[in-house]
Amino acid sequence: MKISISVNGGAQEHDVEPRTLLVQYLREDCGLTGTKVGCDTSSCGACTVLFEGESVKSCTMLAAQADGGSVTTIEGLAAADGTLHPVQQAFHDKHGLQCGYCTAGMVMAAVGFLDENPTPSERDVREGLEGNLCRCTGYHNIVEAVLAAAETGAVSGGSK
Amino acid sequence: MAVQGSILGNPVKRKEDAGILNGTTEYFDDLKIDGMLHIAFVRSTVAHANLGAIDTTDAEAMPGVVGVYTADNLEMPDVNGFIMLPPTMNRPPLAKGKVRFVGDIVAAVVANTKAEAVDAAETVIVDYDPLPVLVDMEASIADGAIAIHEGQPNNIAFGAAGMGMGAPVEGLMDEADVVVKGRFVNQRVAGVPMEPNGIIAIPEADGAMTAWIPTQGPHGQRGELAGVIGIDAEKLRVRAAAVGGGFGSKNTFHVEFGITAKAAIVLNRPVKWTETRSENMVSMVQGRGQIQYVELGLKRDGTITALRENVLGEAGAYPSLGAFLPFFTHTMACAVYNVPKLEFNWNAVLTNTTSIAAYRGAGRPEATQAIERILDMAAVELGIDPVDIRRKNLMPKFEAPGAPAGSGLAMYDTGDYAAPLDKALEAADYPALRAEQAKRRANNDVKQLGIGVSVYVEITAPAGLHIEYGKVEINEDGSANAYVGTSAHGQGHDTAFSMIVQELLGIPMDKVTLVQSDTALVPRGSGTAGSRSLQTAGSAVFRASEGVLETAKQIAANLLEANVDDIVLGDGGLQVAGVPSKLIGWGELASKAKASGIEGTADGLMHELDFDGQQSSFPFGSHIAVVEVDTETGKVELLRHIAVDDCGKILNPMLVRGQQHGGIAQGIAQALFEWVQYDEDGNPITANLMDYAIPSAAELPSFETYNTETPTHLNPLGAKGIGESGTIGSTPAVQNAVVDALQPFGVKNLDMPASSQRVWAAIQEARG
Amino acid sequence: MIPAAFEYVRAGSADEAIAAIAEHGEDAKFLAGGMSLLPLMKLRLATPTVLVDVARVRDLSYITDAGDHIAIGALTRHRDVETSTLLAQECGVVASVAAQVGDNQVRHRGTIGGSVAHGDAASDLPAALVALDATFVLRSGSGERTIGASDFFTGFLETALNADELLTEIRVPKAGASGFNFQKFNRRAQDWAIVGAVVATVDGAKRVGLVNMGNTPLRATAVEAALASGASIADAALSAADGCEPPTDLNASVEYREHLARVLVRRALEASA
Repeated sequence: MKISISVNGGAQEHDVEPRTLLVQYLREDCGLTGTKVGCDTSSCGACTVLFEGESVKSCTMLAAQADGGSVTTIEGLAAADGTLHPVQQAFHDKHGLQCGYCTAGMVMAAVGFLDENPTPSERDVREGLEGNLCRCTGYHNIVEAVLAAAETGAVSGGSK
Repeated sequence: MAVQGSILGNPVKRKEDAGILNGTTEYFDDLKIDGMLHIAFVRSTVAHANLGAIDTTDAEAMPGVVGVYTADNLEMPDVNGFIMLPPTMNRPPLAKGKVRFVGDIVAAVVANTKAEAVDAAETVIVDYDPLPVLVDMEASIADGAIAIHEGQPNNIAFGAAGMGMGAPVEGLMDEADVVVKGRFVNQRVAGVPMEPNGIIAIPEADGAMTAWIPTQGPHGQRGELAGVIGIDAEKLRVRAAAVGGGFGSKNTFHVEFGITAKAAIVLNRPVKWTETRSENMVSMVQGRGQIQYVELGLKRDGTITALRENVLGEAGAYPSLGAFLPFFTHTMACAVYNVPKLEFNWNAVLTNTTSIAAYRGAGRPEATQAIERILDMAAVELGIDPVDIRRKNLMPKFEAPGAPAGSGLAMYDTGDYAAPLDKALEAADYPALRAEQAKRRANNDVKQLGIGVSVYVEITAPAGLHIEYGKVEINEDGSANAYVGTSAHGQGHDTAFSMIVQELLGIPMDKVTLVQSDTALVPRGSGTAGSRSLQTAGSAVFRASEGVLETAKQIAANLLEANVDDIVLGDGGLQVAGVPSKLIGWGELASKAKASGIEGTADGLMHELDFDGQQSSFPFGSHIAVVEVDTETGKVELLRHIAVDDCGKILNPMLVRGQQHGGIAQGIAQALFEWVQYDEDGNPITANLMDYAIPSAAELPSFETYNTETPTHLNPLGAKGIGESGTIGSTPAVQNAVVDALQPFGVKNLDMPASSQRVWAAIQEARG
Repeated sequence: MIPAAFEYVRAGSADEAIAAIAEHGEDAKFLAGGMSLLPLMKLRLATPTVLVDVARVRDLSYITDAGDHIAIGALTRHRDVETSTLLAQECGVVASVAAQVGDNQVRHRGTIGGSVAHGDAASDLPAALVALDATFVLRSGSGERTIGASDFFTGFLETALNADELLTEIRVPKAGASGFNFQKFNRRAQDWAIVGAVVATVDGAKRVGLVNMGNTPLRATAVEAALASGASIADAALSAADGCEPPTDLNASVEYREHLARVLVRRALEASA
């Protein structure tokens, strides 16, 4: 079936099998491999992207379901001139990533979370990221990074 | 830019981050290879069976299928899981005659797309004639148990006896006033790197092959894979793209690599295997899995007189490194304590389960767990505070190699075990915690407080892994390349090793390229495992940089017509001391090297060596965990975790913190959450991330991390490993804290993980 | 990871959805948020041949004041239920329970109707709706019918929905902005409840729902009756597991679940007092 999706602001049109998961579509059809697959039970959140500005697990959504909608992936987060999004910058500053495999999903989940919850407590951040697993960082620096990004005040609202 | 002062010791941010944060860093599954096919495996759904007919007719006719393979039509030698093991337990990559665990590979399907391969694999029909299943080590070694491998009739894969060890010690407990006994289960856990396993095998001209493997050690994989597919190692190039975590499990050769590469050769097309997580949870090697019988002899005042341990270590169906890991448990059995006498016996036991190999700590956490648990039990029995009983037995500070008298296997490099303990107690405010605990106990509060203490020492760069290759070369544009035989997968080696080059040569770290994870570019290496990388490869880069500097000084001296002793580092090159105008940049030094005629410059301005640390190093530390136990529901909440880890001299404190945090979280996870389980028929019942409970941010607190710095003399950096310390220190602290909280109920021990059901049941049982 | 192949039909309205399911028959399934169905399909534990995607049936996404009750369109997402000011005012317990379903990402896709139609006793919202004695509106080509929540859940992952019926609306009583509590007990925040206890106050009386204490979401009628007859919270909660036949799994035995039910019901009642 033919689908068209706005990915990172650009129109994408492809003919896909109905069973194609959004994450497969992004990785294989759009060539955007920054979004990762870490499990097959919707548990790890590595595949998190923004759909219509909200965090979703792209392994648990058919590409067909995103037809006509807009998706933002990790590749589309920084400004056109390469300036990192405040959440990306905070992950770098706070050493919120090690192997990097969970990072795209974690960053996108954090962006979506802060959009809905711009002034979170540490507890809020921890619960807000409950759907994303990281095996390297123990989450300590990820939580610090999200709190630091919130502090910048540059992450709330606007995506919807 | 001039470099001011020393960069070493500073929290320098990572070079690795940029590509990860914008999604451009490529992992093996992200690579685009022309004409690539996809493989899917048909795995045994029964744990132990004679293998009957395998009907692949339907699969062969499915759309897109280009090959369907079983042991009958894809010939490979059986794989030996660990060099010291007899060949009787070798694993056929594709099962022959028998299947021995759920996940054993029966057939493989190669197709044009991943979906087609999976669709076709579903249609393969396999006849199984079930055999009795063994999932419990003690049942495996019981009389009359079926032999999982005919050549090992008692289901013991390996053991102390095979190494001439494990004999009883005469009069072991003669000096003891009391002997405290415990049986501890160090449960099986899974490494679960967030990036699952896989391989892309690409046939090249002249029978050569390139294999992309997400591994911790490309050189080790090359040797194993070359053997299985039957080509010379020189013709096999193994590369790792960015690797999404390993934790020991990605240091193992997996038979899927062999099957995929062999199929690629047969089909003469690139073939990719991308493991699903459900596959990963049965296929990738797992860790721990020990039953420990521990006896500690003590004087009434708490002084240890002797230790006896008898350990069963699970090997799985096809023994691998796990069949040897109890040796490390033996090595570290006496830990930080003056144990005068030790008796240690162990056996590695076969079961119808996934193979056991390294997982963060690999044999040492089990040792720490055993002694730290039995010490807490002794403290309760003797009425001594857990901190006091530890202090009484700690080895005093030492700067020359030493070891507990009972330890015959380890020689610790340097140690000051009281220092981290003191620091942890102060950071935790231990007396205040005990006061709060006493108050809650007196009030019979529903939520009781538990305080757990651990002191540990572990081995890094173990088992001969203290030697590593390194090379530094200077390019004609003034940049530098550092080659190492280690293979980073999240640790930040590019950052750390570049800092070393900058420190020694003044070349800014962003002009230093780390070359690793490629057998074509790096001649040899032992990979990244056993917390060895900085102390070995980092030291090699350090020494290679020194070598480059020495050569460059001679070149500069010639060019500047100066005495070599007057040549010093300047801004972007070398200069005559005190004469910045007389400076030759690194690029020019490199371009003049070959013509200089100076020894060692035939290939340009470079220096290579194998750094030899002479022996393993022994980092140590102390952790304190504070838990709250809901005595009505059994739920355990970790309130605080204080860690003081001593990894010698610290090169980049930010990276060290990261290793501490991650290690602590995995250690807590074992203590409270994770457990790979099988039902009695050998079906894995935790084979996805819904059932296998890796904690999220919501289940963990922020950690309170500190360091003491006791340098080692073994390398120029003074560094010991830090990768596994957090795990080794945290698990016993957390488990001790849970049992401590339950002390008013008379609970003496509680095996991990301390799930709410287990805690509740223990309280019920203690209450009668 | 890759579902078996299927035919995909997208419905733009409830009528289209009902027509599509009627056309494709037994092997067709509705796909709402997909939070339950897609994971099963990825593991090939479910292999429908036709999916009728109703996630965009906008005429079934609403939360409105219908006078004597609040009407929630079946395809209203958890996130919209969670953040509804109308629900917070008029039936806060539903918003509060929705906030604990899954994780953020799940709540952005999952729908209240999908959760109900899946009929999972371990799911949070169904137990709350049973406690509230909610009414479900089911529509097919032959018309519309209503059914009480307790009658809707008929067995393990079984409901009273016929194959050609679409759940269109959930009607909950005006239970107010307070007097409720949800005790969700699990290993990890993202996990299903090992046991959950939800308490609401309807017309001044306590209602108690139980998560994962049997084949279906349950109402702890014995507790409600005990409270109505003047028993203390502590005494009433002791009958929380009466008549339950809870499952045994990795996380809990029958005895442990029964114990948890008693503790959690007591705590929920205390917190909602």
